[in-house]
Amino acid sequence: MSIRNTITIDGKPVPFQDGDTIMDAATRAGIYIPHLCHNPEFKPHGSCKLCTVNVNGRNCSACTFPADDGQQVLNSTAELNATRRTITQMLFVEGNHFCPSCEKSGNCQLQGVAYFLNMLDPHFPLFYPERETDSSHPDILLDRDRCILCELCVRASRDVDGKNVFGLSGRGIHTHLVVNSGSGLLKDTEMAATDKAAQVCPVGAIIVKRHGFETPIGERQFDQQDVGEWSLSWEPAAMGDHHG
Amino acid sequence: MSISDADRAWLSATAASHGGRSTRLLQILREVQDRFRCIPRPAMHLLSEHLGIPLAQVLGVTEFYSFLSTEPQGRFHLLLSDSISDHLLGSRELGAYLCDRLGIAPAQTRVDGRVSFDYTSCTGLCDQGPAGLVNGWWLPNLDRSRIDRIVALVEAEIPVNEWPRDLFVARDNLRRTGLLLGNPVTPGAALKWSLMRGLESTLDEVDKSGLRGRGGAGFQTSWKWRFCFEGPEETAVCPVDKAERVERYVVCNADEGEPGTFKDRVLLNSHAHQVFEGMTLCAGIVGARQGFLYLRGEYLALRAKLEAVLAERRRLNLLGEGILGRDGFDFDIEIHMGAGAYICGEESALIESLEGKRGTPRNRPPYPVTHGYLGKPTVVNNVETFAAAAAIGLKGGAWFATHGTEKSKGNKILSICGDCARPGIYEYDFGVSVAQILKDCGAANTFGVQVGGPSGVFIGEREFDRRLGFEDLATGGSFMIFDKTRDMLEIVRNFTHFFAHESCGFCTPCRVGTSLLRNAMDKLCAGHGAAGDLVEIGNLGQFVRAASHCGLGQTAANPLLSTLERFPEIYQSRLKSISFEPGFDLDGELSTARRLTGRDDAHAHLEQEPV
Repeated sequence: MSIRNTITIDGKPVPFQDGDTIMDAATRAGIYIPHLCHNPEFKPHGSCKLCTVNVNGRNCSACTFPADDGQQVLNSTAELNATRRTITQMLFVEGNHFCPSCEKSGNCQLQGVAYFLNMLDPHFPLFYPERETDSSHPDILLDRDRCILCELCVRASRDVDGKNVFGLSGRGIHTHLVVNSGSGLLKDTEMAATDKAAQVCPVGAIIVKRHGFETPIGERQFDQQDVGEWSLSWEPAAMGDHHG
Repeated sequence: MSISDADRAWLSATAASHGGRSTRLLQILREVQDRFRCIPRPAMHLLSEHLGIPLAQVLGVTEFYSFLSTEPQGRFHLLLSDSISDHLLGSRELGAYLCDRLGIAPAQTRVDGRVSFDYTSCTGLCDQGPAGLVNGWWLPNLDRSRIDRIVALVEAEIPVNEWPRDLFVARDNLRRTGLLLGNPVTPGAALKWSLMRGLESTLDEVDKSGLRGRGGAGFQTSWKWRFCFEGPEETAVCPVDKAERVERYVVCNADEGEPGTFKDRVLLNSHAHQVFEGMTLCAGIVGARQGFLYLRGEYLALRAKLEAVLAERRRLNLLGEGILGRDGFDFDIEIHMGAGAYICGEESALIESLEGKRGTPRNRPPYPVTHGYLGKPTVVNNVETFAAAAAIGLKGGAWFATHGTEKSKGNKILSICGDCARPGIYEYDFGVSVAQILKDCGAANTFGVQVGGPSGVFIGEREFDRRLGFEDLATGGSFMIFDKTRDMLEIVRNFTHFFAHESCGFCTPCRVGTSLLRNAMDKLCAGHGAAGDLVEIGNLGQFVRAASHCGLGQTAANPLLSTLERFPEIYQSRLKSISFEPGFDLDGELSTARRLTGRDDAHAHLEQEPV
């Protein structure tokens, strides 16, 4: 028999609260499940699939799947990490990610996850898609080459900023981020550099201009701690806010 | 593209005619597309204002559905089915001929704006291909002489509604009837019997019948209806017991997009009453007042007829308020058109689409049965399921359950196409063997059968004694036959293209994985594959199956994996005998340069080792 409101993650008992997802329970217990489209400040999305865990024999997204009594969750297994590495490689090859020339390098969660999962090469043939860069806004750069379609900016602009600046358009591999203005340009929106939407991008797709190299390479976020340590350093508290 | 004041007035009136409801966005956009041959930017603006939704949402929906476009299509927009069954009948050659006659390339609109052409996923006429669409209307049985006639009509600018009728006639091709098609329900009979028996008892009959969803997944129908009736835990109320009604919805999934499937086309064409009767019965049982028929865009030709059947049912008091004089039994059905998106056959994507959004599958739980349309309990069943439910309502569960097998009660309607003498609709009790079916439809020299469509499984000769049913070969009804003259790898390649085209793009594994699979099959079929590629394709297929968000991605690699498992020698015979993996095709890399310089002569190509 299982103890009420307890799941196990990799054999370790983890308590959960009513309404928790597996990700919530793990985060609170200090267990890192790799993720990119998930941010505890926002409604779970479940699209990147990096947080794929195995629940009682079935693969699920930890960020959206409700925790339930007695679930046996596998998280840090060789097989799941291989799946996550493949997903990360896919995200790299479908966009145009040139880390050495990207100002987000060292602060980029995609890069951080790739290091965490020991991704050594892109493995798949690169797609080299043609994507539009929007530098029209005086304070914000939108570089779609780096976008991983996590919709965090969409959620932040809609749910926090109340501005609905972003949306997704297209289908399949042609899915792309669009800007909610007649011209389709960021300059014609209400967006400001102080908006939540300007802060949440896990990669370098949305960047506040003129701050790119304030922190030198070598002293950046993931130069100091890995993405797992970094996530656990702030997410449990952020989650408290959200659930409060 | 700018629009006139008259256009603006028309847009406002159109939005108003849909009650200014954002759930109607896709329906409105279909009308806009008809009028302008595209969705003009200013129209998106106006709609976003009228419906109170962001412009980005209007754009996002427009660019999601294949039948909507941001660039103007021709006044005559021709589409040719790219289903493998149409390929077998020479659709690609016919497409090239058509392009040649019209002087255009695929995905192009001619400069005079008169005509445009493109390929499309399956049109649902696989038994009478090669088939196409002109401005959304069916064009079955195409051949060169018909193409010549069509080209003449287009060039003479004859409106489509004045074209000779014979060009549009699609036949039912009913070849073998059984339990359902052989015993059609008289309109109203099932409802009357069910009301006499009692709705609760009728649900028990549906339970006894063992009816499972006919779309392919096979969920027990009575359970689905009961869960919807019970509703979500937090608001668990039974409408029969409570004065306060909880909104519930009944949705018929007629987004029959699986290539090779066309049984719903026939059911809706000839047995629409029975389908609607099943929906109404379900509504009575679960306590729904609103139903939707989600009709795939390719079935536009059925719409008027279906509207007429609905009108007749209202006249007969089989729809509307107080159905059959039963106080409080209020239910009506609205037809909602799709617009070219296979993913909308997935029930939660279908619900998103019904709400006027991009057809992206939702996260589950919660399931649509408790949190469906507008977050309310919703039953989504296949066309055939509702038709069967109506028959069960009339004849009882035992009648149905005596047919079929232990785990697969009743019958299955199959759509048979490909290499056989008599393609069309065949109805069998579950448990029938593949060999029997092949014999009945006149298939000879058969190499293999794709059972259940591209998302199903490819079986070869050695397995023809296998039987249809949830315990062995589960199927939504597609049955595509390939004889020994066919190139199996080209078939698989066609399916990988289909899934890459139809992936919604929501989750990474399917969005990227289906494109990678498509590229890998292209490479293999072009003769550039090496041994390592086969290992890679197998691994990638397994990954996409295991990691994808919904059924589309989880089944997208099925044709590839099932053929790779059964016929590895066919794959191996296509490989280059080299030990390394060629990362790219050297000559292929020069194609951009050739296009830019307008050259395609021998000197513009690199000599390569013969494949």
